[in-house]
Amino acid sequence: MKAQLLKLAHARSGDKGDTANVGLIALRDEFYPVLVREVTAARVKRHFGGICKGEVERFELPNLKALNFLLHESLGGGGTLSLMTDAQGKTFSTALLRLEIEIADDEARSLGIEP
Amino acid sequence: MRERIRVACGQGFWGDLLDAPVRQVEGGRIDYLMLDYLAEVTMSIMQKQRARDPRAGYARDFVPLMREILPACVRRDIRVTANAGGVNPPACADAVRDVARELGLGGRLKLGVVTGDNIMDRIDDLLSRGLELRNMDTGEPLSTVRERIQSANVYLGAQPIAEALDRGAQVVITGRATDTGLTLAPLIHEFGWRADDWDRLAAGTIAGHIIECGAQCSGGNCQYEWQSIPDLADVGFPIVEASPDGTFVVTKHEGTGGRVNVPSVTEQLVYEMGDPHEYITPDCVADFTTIRLEDAGENRVRVFGIKGKPATGFYKVSISYAAGFKAVGTLVYAWPQAYEKAQAADQILRARLERLGLKFDLIHTEFVGANATHGALAGEPSPDAPEVQLRVGVRGQDRNAVERFTKEIAPLILTGPPAVTGFAGGRPKVEEIVAYWPALIPKSEIEPRAEVTEV
Repeated sequence: MKAQLLKLAHARSGDKGDTANVGLIALRDEFYPVLVREVTAARVKRHFGGICKGEVERFELPNLKALNFLLHESLGGGGTLSLMTDAQGKTFSTALLRLEIEIADDEARSLGIEP
Repeated sequence: MRERIRVACGQGFWGDLLDAPVRQVEGGRIDYLMLDYLAEVTMSIMQKQRARDPRAGYARDFVPLMREILPACVRRDIRVTANAGGVNPPACADAVRDVARELGLGGRLKLGVVTGDNIMDRIDDLLSRGLELRNMDTGEPLSTVRERIQSANVYLGAQPIAEALDRGAQVVITGRATDTGLTLAPLIHEFGWRADDWDRLAAGTIAGHIIECGAQCSGGNCQYEWQSIPDLADVGFPIVEASPDGTFVVTKHEGTGGRVNVPSVTEQLVYEMGDPHEYITPDCVADFTTIRLEDAGENRVRVFGIKGKPATGFYKVSISYAAGFKAVGTLVYAWPQAYEKAQAADQILRARLERLGLKFDLIHTEFVGANATHGALAGEPSPDAPEVQLRVGVRGQDRNAVERFTKEIAPLILTGPPAVTGFAGGRPKVEEIVAYWPALIPKSEIEPRAEVTEV
């Protein structure tokens, strides 16, 4: 089944120059391995296709049950140069939570994830 | 040595809730109040103010705040660390000294001033000695923008602030110090942490990172169960209760709104994060993958396990420079076909700008209510959307072209698609763009100084 990340994680995002960062945090500890497996850098790059012009890097923080993504060249030049409403990438957090991942029905059931 | 020190954050940025520091002082026991006033854009504004008036160039709000809270701080021995000095910490200290004397506190406190961060006057010397100050993002040497530089400041760390506290300063005013240093310095001072005790310095740095954005760790901007976060109208700003071993508890005053829990603190930990293994400050390199969080009761989160690594041999420099001009204009289109109308207006506007022969580095269009924040991820806007705001921005080196753009927005009301409004604010303003040039400089080039004087 498909599950939107909104059901599995919460997130906060911010900026460093023209790079946006999105921290993705598992809502429950047992969701973290699913995030690690499914929400790869490549998957996030595809998701933000029209927005992120550069590379996507991913870092794992198992201690916080979180993943950190760096989306390079995503903020229209960044800081004061950017003409975007969201020049600081503060809403990239929920933009990532729109992502839908595929989970086997059995696994979803055992994790208590509803479609 | 005290076994527990309470450091409170009273200001997450310049422009944060004005009464937050007052409430931190009055709402319960604290030992230190840290106040962060400096965003990157602030430094260039202050540099311009100082060029016009040698007594200006600092966060003016800090002075009336001191008038309000200094008597209580002296009475209850609350010490203040603030980067309110901007590009002119001595002038800020003079103003605070005047206030203290007016309040009858002469002879009852010492003021600390940290300087040495401002390298504006040394740029040519540094460049001539072969330091290129290359842009950390683009790799370009600073010489490419030399003529347009407006301010240049090194991010100093906690050590000079701790030194001022060691020498008895009640209030320490810095220029461009790191946000984290304002929290770490009191812990170094109180607990006598050595300058190479990397684990503890990293712990104090992370404590600083958690509280430096004010209520953003105590319920503000928190996605986790946001609808149930109580009483944000009366949100409590965060407090770190630190212990000598480097562990600490994040909390807030009793009876305040907001929420401190593991999810709220985790959200703040990942905010503006780069490589979590290497959070670099002048004081140490902190490893965020070692942080352990634990629920320690209502509105209490215990933080422990933090490891750090040796500081690097460099300071980060933040240089601001003039980078052209920009303006943003908006109009609101109403149902029906609000999005289509806004799109049509954008096409008309662009055709007119083209016909006028105006050159811009960038023209950027957004449709607020349709896709301004999430772009195509938001899906196709509904034809029934009650309204959509057209928002067009331009950026370029030619001020006149940007100025001309600002005069092309209002005419769309009578010469474009129908059911349009939202121009009551008048023509958009042309803004000078001040851009940032992050670079590194060897620590040997910089001499931070802490001066402490009796009021």
